Amino acid sequence: MRFRGRVKGTAPATPAPSPAEPAGPPPVLVIDALGRKCPIPIIMLAERIREVPVGEVVAVLADDAAARTDIPAWCRMKSQDFVREETLPQGGWGFHIRRTY
Amino acid sequence: MPSPRMNARSSGRMRSVVTHVVDTLARGSRVPPIGCPVSVLGVADSSAPGAYLDAASTEPPHPAARAALLEALDAGWADPARLYGTARSTRVLMDRARARVAGVLRARPDEVSFTSSGTQAVHLAVLGGLQARRRAGRHLVVGAVEHSSVLHAAELHEQGGGEVTVVGVDRTGRVDPAAFGAALRPDTALACLQSANHEVGTLQPVAEAAEACRAAGVPLFVDAAQSLGRVDVPDGWSFLAGSAHKWGGPAGVGVLVIRKGTRWRSPLPADEREGRRVPGFENVPAVVAAAAALEAFRADMADEAPRLSALVDLIRDRVPREIPDVQVVGDPVRRLPHLVTFSCLYVEGEALLTELDRMGFAVSSGSSCTADTLRPSHVLEAMGVITHGNVRVSLPRGTGPADVDRFLAVLPGAVSRLRRSAMNTPETGRRSRP
Repeated sequence: MRFRGRVKGTAPATPAPSPAEPAGPPPVLVIDALGRKCPIPIIMLAERIREVPVGEVVAVLADDAAARTDIPAWCRMKSQDFVREETLPQGGWGFHIRRTY
Repeated sequence: MPSPRMNARSSGRMRSVVTHVVDTLARGSRVPPIGCPVSVLGVADSSAPGAYLDAASTEPPHPAARAALLEALDAGWADPARLYGTARSTRVLMDRARARVAGVLRARPDEVSFTSSGTQAVHLAVLGGLQARRRAGRHLVVGAVEHSSVLHAAELHEQGGGEVTVVGVDRTGRVDPAAFGAALRPDTALACLQSANHEVGTLQPVAEAAEACRAAGVPLFVDAAQSLGRVDVPDGWSFLAGSAHKWGGPAGVGVLVIRKGTRWRSPLPADEREGRRVPGFENVPAVVAAAAALEAFRADMADEAPRLSALVDLIRDRVPREIPDVQVVGDPVRRLPHLVTFSCLYVEGEALLTELDRMGFAVSSGSSCTADTLRPSHVLEAMGVITHGNVRVSLPRGTGPADVDRFLAVLPGAVSRLRRSAMNTPETGRRSRP
């Protein structure tokens, strides 16, 4: 079990391993929000998603654990398509979002 | 909490509150210190008529608590464990307080113990419940959105070699009763479920969980700190915990109820006090005040709960209509009467609290970036909802429509000011949003 009071050190919780998962279409835009606290990664995503054509994928790189909840939740609220989350070798996560409109 | 004071500007509003309180209360002789302007300095600021809207952190003291406390400070200071006259009369005060609390909780007086806090009551219930059933097993079941005191106790159990199953919640923060029942095993020593969530107000399926626990022969602990006095707890639990300052009683008093016939063993060194359940010299005056407050508060809630609930409905309706990009979280119907939580996209929760405080409004937030953990609220995370820009509004007894109106009047401006400044930082640039 883990919750907010429990975090020791900086090791992020390991997400479910997904070796068989296809890489999916490569993102046409990568937003680097590493080192930025939420809500900055969400703001950057909201500001720049229009730079990719409808149907294309944008990736947000972030290492604030709140982004793991906030980016999928933002996609639900905004009817954008949350494609997947990947763990980055340097720490943090990459979040892939397909622009739907 | 800063001590709010009345000022000339708020007296008209306060008069209507007083009328209401006198109409509905048995002991409504004092002006409740609610809804007055407050500021970080603890001094009323007449230029900023705000409101105290953080009852879920702590309810302002009930007038009945104050009166009982003052009386008991003089009459109940002796050692209730001794045999002489002043000790006996102190003991009588304690026994009466126990009977009053038991009456409200539909328990027997000998099932009720007073602790030094709600947190201590939780720790004793969880660890003592586990300790007593070691022979059955070392498996513990908890809901994912329990209060940190429950989860910290579970963590300690895990560190000691025990096993913990965390039952998830849906998007409204409600535990699935079927999943809760399915988590129970032959070696499950204890199951824990809160009566209602402290951050989003969603009521948990206690009756269904109790039925599943009864069928499995597992004792159920209900952390009712957020709901006692406001909403009655369904029957079927074995352990119950509460906290007096959440119902307008003094700080430093918790309640631990252990049902007759439930096995429990103290996880602490032996002590004679409180039927060997809670160590340390009893704070009799505070206990007396807590009991008086619980009775009075619950009587108030007969009228207050529906009234506050209508105000919460108003907030739930108006906030998303008047502010773009806001998500109201928690169950809209199966919820506490006084609590509503929403998240404002693109705003930092703490910045919003600070901005609202500047305008005299006391609210709280489950948003991330608390210095100690740098993690978002485990509740919002488990629900899978937006964790930033989070505001919890909880209405204390006596909150009027005017208080809510003034809050709703300043909120959209506060949110848009913060959004404008966040959008203009170098890393986010100045662009339009979808």
